[in-house]
Amino acid sequence: MSYDPNIVGFACQWCTYAGADLAGNLRATYPPSIKLIKVPCSGRVEPEYVMEAFAKGADGVMIGGCHFGDCHYKTGNHKTSQRMTILSKMLEDMGFDSKRFRVEWISGAEGYRFAEVIEEFTKELQELGPSPLKGGNGHGR
Amino acid sequence: MAKVGVYVCHCGSNIAGVIDVATVRDFAETLPDVVIARKDLFMCSDSGQEMVKQDVRDGLVDRVVVAACTPRTHEPIFRAAIEKAGLNKYLFEMANIRDQGSWVHGHDHEGATEKAKKIVASAVGKARFLEPLEDKFVPVTNAALVIGAGIGGISAALELANMGHKTYLVEKRPSIGGVMAQLDKTFPTNDCSACILTPKMVEAYNHPNIETLTYSEVDDASGYIGNFTIKIRQKQTYVDWSRCTGCGDCATKCPAKTADEFNAGLSDRRAAYIMFPQAVPKKAVVDINHCINCADRDIGTLPKINKKTGRPILAPCERSCQAEAINRSIAHNPDGAIRKIEVGSIVIATGYQVMDKDWFKEMAPACPNVITALQLERIISATGPTEGKLLRPSDKEKPRTITFVSCMGSRDEHFHTYCSRFCCMYMIKQARLIKEKYPDMVINMHFIDVRAAGKEYDEYYVGARKMGINLFKGKVGGLEMLTEDKLRVLAYDMESATSIEYESDLVVLATAVELPPDATALAQKLGLQFCGSNFFRELHPKLGPVETATEGLFLAGCCQGPKDIPDTVAQAKGAAAAAAVPLAQGRVRIDPIISEVHSEKCSGCGICIPLCPYHAITMQTYADRPRAQIEMSSCKGCGVCTSACPSGAIVLHGYEESQIFAQIEALTA
Repeated sequence: MSYDPNIVGFACQWCTYAGADLAGNLRATYPPSIKLIKVPCSGRVEPEYVMEAFAKGADGVMIGGCHFGDCHYKTGNHKTSQRMTILSKMLEDMGFDSKRFRVEWISGAEGYRFAEVIEEFTKELQELGPSPLKGGNGHGR
Repeated sequence: MAKVGVYVCHCGSNIAGVIDVATVRDFAETLPDVVIARKDLFMCSDSGQEMVKQDVRDGLVDRVVVAACTPRTHEPIFRAAIEKAGLNKYLFEMANIRDQGSWVHGHDHEGATEKAKKIVASAVGKARFLEPLEDKFVPVTNAALVIGAGIGGISAALELANMGHKTYLVEKRPSIGGVMAQLDKTFPTNDCSACILTPKMVEAYNHPNIETLTYSEVDDASGYIGNFTIKIRQKQTYVDWSRCTGCGDCATKCPAKTADEFNAGLSDRRAAYIMFPQAVPKKAVVDINHCINCADRDIGTLPKINKKTGRPILAPCERSCQAEAINRSIAHNPDGAIRKIEVGSIVIATGYQVMDKDWFKEMAPACPNVITALQLERIISATGPTEGKLLRPSDKEKPRTITFVSCMGSRDEHFHTYCSRFCCMYMIKQARLIKEKYPDMVINMHFIDVRAAGKEYDEYYVGARKMGINLFKGKVGGLEMLTEDKLRVLAYDMESATSIEYESDLVVLATAVELPPDATALAQKLGLQFCGSNFFRELHPKLGPVETATEGLFLAGCCQGPKDIPDTVAQAKGAAAAAAVPLAQGRVRIDPIISEVHSEKCSGCGICIPLCPYHAITMQTYADRPRAQIEMSSCKGCGVCTSACPSGAIVLHGYEESQIFAQIEALTA
């Protein structure tokens, strides 16, 4: 079943958001599935935000941060990594396919990689089909 | 209720060529709280900005959303505009529909337009919940730190010092001067490198506003623009520099030998040594890693006593030192000493290294007559191992044929894809200097192509051709070692479209410029990031070439990317000017996009305290209970604490929960 997945992205302003901008500068192409929410650090993303996006029907959620050792705030990305590993397990426990949720480390120099990751994630979501929570299954806040 | 104004930019055809701007504008008008939606050819132009300002002045809007390019470049421009019109500048949000829209979805106009609508809705959603914020200011320490004392660091330090700012100049080697001190002459004027550099070294070292700390490295860094605390590790020299006169007697008597880094490994130096004859400061160092502990005695132990004479048996270095600067009985701390300094801004000018020839297996690296260009520089330098005589390393004979090979490791996808920028020119310089001295010598140069883009560079290159230096366009495939330490060069000449083979006595490889490995540790201490070529990344490739993503840190010279001396000096002076701004202002703005604890909500659990990378959170008593409090000037606004607070007591201004939820809602609608 072919459909256009909707991906909510959270991107740290120093690395992944900058990488997405660089993809633009390089005129790299990728599907218009992802829409980024800029955050100062991936460590600002609360697991609740990911849950909320899924509850509201997002087909995929991605968090983008700096590579380890590159974090503008020294260790924010380590915190993200720990929090989101747990969240991923919780999603599985709740019977939700955690393949719909990705944490990616993309630097401000990796414009082409950003495009590749989105291309690949979009394809994967197309194979998985629309989110089972689409259409009002999710509860709002 | 908020009154949001949405302004959609065509960016010429950059956005409008892909995205249906009129549709996005129409859609924006339907969003909650949007009172006006307009579009313009260039929102950042005077007329575009004026349109926003007029709506603010008319009281039509009190929140502004501009749908255009990236906030990373244009947010400050629009913030300044609405501030001028009388609106708090933080009541502004950008929708990035160009860099993350039209530029990447050119293949799907409809999809790009739909995405742009969502991004605008997300920005409007956030804008409805924006709160006015106030900039705060803190005083500045009127001092600067320059890390690395090559020509870039020296130039930056002199510039800062001449502006009247106290400047610390830190260099990891025993002497300042950097790679430029190793060079013989400099293109395109053939000035003697030492003649133009040494006076600058002395001027910096003796400047009343400059404190030079050599043989020193940054151990730790903390703080923020205006108020950095830097720990400098002054490495152990094992020589009392307050007594050392720089006579060099210890270096002549020391029996322990190791490769001389200054001569690029072409000769030996002693374990006790002075870096080079023109060193500044001219002080000796005992390199403990190569010290052989003469007289069978470790440093820090008393000398044995000669049974016959009853006198102590001293090591050659201490025996030779008339100034009594070397005393091996002292238990020196091998870690050296830590010095803490406070500075307001930092210029990083840590320079580069060139690749080793061993990387290039096809270039017969085992042959002593295959050398790097930096080694040739030492051979032709009057202060080098042959005192300026051109002799090949294997047998100290004058070569009859010399081959230069460009782009070794540069413009090569196996190593570095970038151009090292100054190799073409220094090879031509070396060839010209040799040809001037030895007109009969055959000089063959192999280039992918000659890059001589600089003031009077092309004339210099054309001059080399006229001198009878042979230039070939095409790569050298490999070298074969022959008897008598000769080499067979296997190359291709694109102009005659033929393979060429000939014998050469000396082959010079122009190996690529790269960051030295210890730059990584420094980057982590200071919070620097790397670019795709693995140099330190500047804030913006065009408009912020000396700034970094961390305010108060500036870049100069080859640590930011390969560049020649004129460009390095220009960038260093630019970096110094930028680094002087906070010092001259005397205060710096603290970004209000930082975290704050709502004390009445804080339960005092303390979860946030260990999470803060800047130790900005402490427990303070509030209404008889300990509760978290964030030190405003230490907080950098990452939001890690905000995300972790179980009571929701910490807000990150500018990225509040209500704002992010509004964005999620808009994107999933």
